[in-house]
Amino acid sequence: MAEVSLRDISVAFHSLTVFDHLDLDIEEGEFLVLLGPSGCGKSTLLNAIAGLLEVETGQIWIGGRNVTWEEPKDRGIAMVFQSYALYPRMSVRNNLSFGLRMAGTAKDEIARRVAKAAAMLQIDHLLDRRPDQLSGGQRQRVAIGRALVRDADVFLFDEPLSNLDAQLRNELRVEIKRLHQQLGSTMIYVTHDQIEALTLADRIAVMKDLKIQQLASPQEIYHRPANRFVAGFVGSPRMNFVDGRLLPDGESGWRFTTDSHVLRLGGYAFDGQPQPGQEVTLGIRPEHLQPADAGDWDGFVVEMTEPMGADTLVWARSGPDLLAVRTGSDTAITAGSSLTLGLPQDRISLFDRKDGRRL
Amino acid sequence: MTTPLTANVPSGRRPRRVGIARIGIYAFLLTSAAFFLLPLWIMVTTSLKPRAEVWEGNILALPAEFTVEPWIKAWSEACTGLDCNGISVGFWNSVQILIPSLVLSILAGAVNGYALSFWRVRGANLLFGILLAGAFIPYQVFLYPLVRLFSQAGIYNSLACIVIVHVVFGMPIMTLLFRNFYASLPVELFNAARIDGGGFWTIFTHVLLPMSAPIIVVATILQVTGIWNDFIFGLTFAGRENLPMTVQLNNIVNSTQGERAYNVDMAATILTALVPLAVYFLSGRWFVRGIAAGAVKG
Repeated sequence: MAEVSLRDISVAFHSLTVFDHLDLDIEEGEFLVLLGPSGCGKSTLLNAIAGLLEVETGQIWIGGRNVTWEEPKDRGIAMVFQSYALYPRMSVRNNLSFGLRMAGTAKDEIARRVAKAAAMLQIDHLLDRRPDQLSGGQRQRVAIGRALVRDADVFLFDEPLSNLDAQLRNELRVEIKRLHQQLGSTMIYVTHDQIEALTLADRIAVMKDLKIQQLASPQEIYHRPANRFVAGFVGSPRMNFVDGRLLPDGESGWRFTTDSHVLRLGGYAFDGQPQPGQEVTLGIRPEHLQPADAGDWDGFVVEMTEPMGADTLVWARSGPDLLAVRTGSDTAITAGSSLTLGLPQDRISLFDRKDGRRL
Repeated sequence: MTTPLTANVPSGRRPRRVGIARIGIYAFLLTSAAFFLLPLWIMVTTSLKPRAEVWEGNILALPAEFTVEPWIKAWSEACTGLDCNGISVGFWNSVQILIPSLVLSILAGAVNGYALSFWRVRGANLLFGILLAGAFIPYQVFLYPLVRLFSQAGIYNSLACIVIVHVVFGMPIMTLLFRNFYASLPVELFNAARIDGGGFWTIFTHVLLPMSAPIIVVATILQVTGIWNDFIFGLTFAGRENLPMTVQLNNIVNSTQGERAYNVDMAATILTALVPLAVYFLSGRWFVRGIAAGAVKG
């Protein structure tokens, strides 16, 4: 077990700066997820931690040791790749033991560790097969097993579930979470799938444009997104956004107005100091909109409904604003009916429309 | 629902008609094939005729009197200058040149390609560019400087000399072949091996070489045909003791005294061509793949 610390890290990839003077501290035993759209550089950052890519500036510390100039094998890390990267001409057993054999570990120790990892991942019966005789899920189990065998302090996952179908993805996600609980190792996990991030992480770092947009717990990220990008990227179905402006309301209050609707912001906790007339975007998640007989905003007409099994998504329009509302699957709302919506004050987020920051 | 059975309603498999275009294509293909097969036909029939029959001059006819004597003669009795041991001497010389040249040039190409695609050596692209450029300089330019160089080193006109020449001149295409093959593998495989603690040679021998079978087959085909068909290097560098089969063939055909033994010449020629011919026939598909592998990615 070890903590990981990135200090003032800059990484260039193909002469393109991917990170500029980035600092990030990951605690011992923490599960940190790097979440971001494709091409935001999250895998590059992981490769830099692994030592597969040289950093231009800064230092990488793992377990209190400066490993900036060390070879990947000497950093006390193990890594799982998206494409599994199993050695195709070796049996599963030899895939698992390759690292130990390279390190010159004693034979009985190798056998013991391989057996242990295989048992943990339920791949004992596959040990004598070759990778091309395995299904995708089995291959990824073997890839995880290969990381386990190394007894590493830090595990790095590079989109390990992206090549699997939905069912297997859920299954292995649970498996990874269980492994983390059992081993208590530090884990750094790269993904573009926000469900994986929300379910697995102790903390999520949402990344975009070479920067960490927000680094916080999954709850914080979901309920109090730091900016408009994070709000839109995390959550499915997506958060609803309504453009409007802020106007003073009474002595010290504020109200949010659009062309057709007004919302008095009595219970909203502002992060910054709002300006009269400031152009803002209001964000609210589909499950927080309350369809009601009497609510804050009326005049919505239902365009269509999407039954999704456990619940039903209702698309309601008023003028230019199209909002998704999550309701129970037994809802009586049908296309064409009119709708009034309640917006709970503690559930909304306001973002400055210019820089996208949370207000 | 029942499908109407009327012929002009489209239903089921579409009928295929033999059109004029198709007949034209077949006619063209058949004439081309006949045209290219004609020399081989003449060679085979002539080599199976007794000498007298060859001189009757009907070169397209099947042998009236069938004989394998010219083949035996060509293999073990035909004269190259003063020696009359047939072309078999050249065959074994060629085998001796081929085997070490083949193994060494493939190994060199594989290591080069591996280093260039995975280890990102400083200036790798420049090195590779220079290596490739070397492949486009006409061989004749190298001949005299190399002769001087090998003479200085004291290995001119030896087996080692000709092997070194083949390895060096095979390097660009072998490197290109292996580099492109390794570049098509996921880099994650290499990364995984590095995290597992593999070094330059262990990753090469444990992970990459076992995966290289397809490209090794392609490289073997290219090198076997290339080295076997070589004439100028063999003539220049191998020395009198090691002259390859192609050079021996030339000597046999040109050193006949008196009446030309066309049937023996033909047999000797076919014998010389047999190795590349066999390689082409046994591995046609792989050969095409090899050419494509060298051409598509760069």
